[in-house]
Amino acid sequence: MAESKTGPAWTGNYLQDYGRRRGLMAWLTTTDHKRIGLMYMMAMFFFFTVAVMLGVLIRLELMNPGMQYVTPRVYNSLFTLHGVIMIFLFIVPGIPAVMGNFILPLQLGADDVSFPKLNLASWYVYIAGAVLALTSLFAGGGVPDTGWTFYAPYALRSGSNVSLAVFAAFVLGFSSIMTGMNFITTIHRLRAPGMGFFRMPLFCWGLYATSWIQVIATPVVGITLLLVIMERWLGIGFFDPARGGDPVLYQHLFWIYSHPVVYVMILPAMGVISEILPTFAGRTVFGYKAIALSSMAIAIVGYMVWGHHMFTVGMSDTARRVFSILTFLVAIPTGIKVFNWMATLYKGSIRIEPPLLWALGFVFLFSIGGLTGLVNGALATDIHVHDTAFVVGHFHYTMFGGAGVGLFAAMHYWWPKIFGRMYNRKRAIWAWGIFMVGFNVLYFPMLVLGIMGMPRRYADYLPRFHTPELISTVGSWILVSGLILMVWNLIRAIKHGEPAPANPWGGTTLEWQTTSPPPQLNFAVAPTVTTGPYDHTALRAAAAKEAQ
Amino acid sequence: MAGASSYSGMVDKTFWMILGSSVIMLLGITATMILFMVKYRRSRHPVASDIEGSATLETLWTVLPTVLVMVMFYYGWAGFKVMRETPKGAMPVTVQARMWSWSFKYENGKQTTELYVPVGRPVAVNLESADVIHSFFVPAFRMKEDCMPGRHNHAWFQAEREGVYDIMCAEYCGDKHSAMLSKVIAVPADTFDVWLERGGGRPTGLKLMQIKGCVACHTSDGSKLVGPTYKGLFGSKVRVTTNGVEREVLADEDYLRRSILQPKADIVVGFQPQMPDMAGQLDDEDIKLIIDYIKRQ
Repeated sequence: MAESKTGPAWTGNYLQDYGRRRGLMAWLTTTDHKRIGLMYMMAMFFFFTVAVMLGVLIRLELMNPGMQYVTPRVYNSLFTLHGVIMIFLFIVPGIPAVMGNFILPLQLGADDVSFPKLNLASWYVYIAGAVLALTSLFAGGGVPDTGWTFYAPYALRSGSNVSLAVFAAFVLGFSSIMTGMNFITTIHRLRAPGMGFFRMPLFCWGLYATSWIQVIATPVVGITLLLVIMERWLGIGFFDPARGGDPVLYQHLFWIYSHPVVYVMILPAMGVISEILPTFAGRTVFGYKAIALSSMAIAIVGYMVWGHHMFTVGMSDTARRVFSILTFLVAIPTGIKVFNWMATLYKGSIRIEPPLLWALGFVFLFSIGGLTGLVNGALATDIHVHDTAFVVGHFHYTMFGGAGVGLFAAMHYWWPKIFGRMYNRKRAIWAWGIFMVGFNVLYFPMLVLGIMGMPRRYADYLPRFHTPELISTVGSWILVSGLILMVWNLIRAIKHGEPAPANPWGGTTLEWQTTSPPPQLNFAVAPTVTTGPYDHTALRAAAAKEAQ
Repeated sequence: MAGASSYSGMVDKTFWMILGSSVIMLLGITATMILFMVKYRRSRHPVASDIEGSATLETLWTVLPTVLVMVMFYYGWAGFKVMRETPKGAMPVTVQARMWSWSFKYENGKQTTELYVPVGRPVAVNLESADVIHSFFVPAFRMKEDCMPGRHNHAWFQAEREGVYDIMCAEYCGDKHSAMLSKVIAVPADTFDVWLERGGGRPTGLKLMQIKGCVACHTSDGSKLVGPTYKGLFGSKVRVTTNGVEREVLADEDYLRRSILQPKADIVVGFQPQMPDMAGQLDDEDIKLIIDYIKRQ
């Protein structure tokens, strides 16, 4: 056994300052992956709150037909901002930047990521991009009104401040690339002795697949966004047919990035679920290799399906068929994951705790998201639901019900590790219940509306769509109540919660071997690995010994 | 029940097939989850068994879903194939989309703002846009295809029942996207033939401006919409920006003609350059009729 190190960096608590700098400056100059993770969390939850409020305003306007509270122009800006903030500032950095930063080195048994300074730099680049995005609201021609997709030629002609918003997205892309490179290197170089690739926790596998997509796909959208700026400023005709450009080319370039990026959002969440289920079932995960490799399969096949966003643009019919069949193929590794998760509960010894409930909520909501995706993958049906509320419902089930709920599950799972405090269990379960009800009341009617033929991005609608729109708006209030309760419960725990033990849930991965909260350099005793990541035998033996 | 268009029944069959199997799978997954939660909860099942996996099961739940999704792909493809193969002899209609209105042009030159079609005869639509991307969506017919500036997309449908069906723009196109609506009016074939022959000639100035969507943004009563009003315009002095320089011009016939054909040349102060170039959509006689109409306001 390795020797136990002494000194505050190994025996203390990363939340306290030991170095030269104290207080705020100690945080702003830190290279500790845990502190950077928390800094991401604070910034992201600020933007998440803003974007949720915008979403509530959208629903409020849609509660009744006719325009009630805002003009169509303002409505268009509302959904643009909601999308831009949620996508670029919340859900793309999402789980990797917060939970990946905090947990990945701990799960690998490392002191930090491979490039701690680059890690801090990526946070500053993220903040710079966010500041640019906010500036675009108040400077220039007004709030962008193009939708988060910035489709040409509309985005090239809009008088609103599109260039700056697009540039902000460009800058944010760099933050994403830096984090991706850092994680890939960390996973290759800093695994604990004895931890082969196939002894790595599945959350790390999810991050690994994600990081490759970030590094390979993000430059494409970076270039595309630069082309948009060049076209707006210099009048070069890339995408506007009036200048000899091709608007379909823009959509190809945009979705070559933006489709793979939905897997950037979802793969880490799938990793979180793969951590939580074995812990609370008290057994090893079912089909470890199948889950690990299906992450890579999703990342690879997901790279080639972007054309399914474009089934109605007038692509050749052959291209539409090829993209349709590839889209169906990506459903298979996703299905494999879900089936293996179910099997992990089989003959387990299940403790029902808030992280498990959030994980099962993920499985339920994400299944609806995935299954409605089949409707979008099939050509005949997609032609009808394309660009309708059905698609809005579908991607909220996958992105919010999947990636968002995955993040909430991760927070409930690792909160005791991060802050060394337990939250109130009963309140957490109530918040989960209210959220789940609100979520389905909010988004299920959108699926119905889309099949009825209600187009998306409509500020106003025909009276026959009224009832589902009204129900959906009521759902938004329920969902927000659940969110408020959840956030309050978690924040309250930081100060008032019971102190958390090192391993409150009986987890088997390495982060549970160190104290809660961990010391600055993570492990007083450098861990070595001799078994797979979800081997419960040692924990069971310890429990049996205690019972005697 | 037969659908409103010749292929809508086929699309609906695909919907039922995919949604039906999805509901079954969702119920299966959820029921299994709940069953395991109850059966294997710690108080009833204190010792877990470590089952590492099963090659048989992995194969099973790889192969079965593959077969299932391939069946779904096939249904989607089959329905789509019908949509893309325009029958010979279909009646061609050009659909012109612009911010924010629709117009329809028949072979004999007749132009309308609502799409009249004969029941039981195929209609081939040639989709055009004058400015940004729009999308021609008729939910009842299960049809949608984008109107792309600078290219011609095509689609077809055949109305099976008399009736009035909504047309909506499905691709976001700006301020009045949600007001960019029209109707398909399906009438018996013989009624349609009579209708098509009637009023084939050149429309009046006002009618032209309704068809081309001018009135969506410009009024004749002095109120200001997306573009300036026609009221009192002719012969007045207008402040415009030309190549970034503000100047005052007289609203004479030349000015009106230029504003119609190259609307981005002189932008009236206080407005955005949003109007599409109407060159190619109007001939000289049309423009003269429109200018005559504006003169009288």
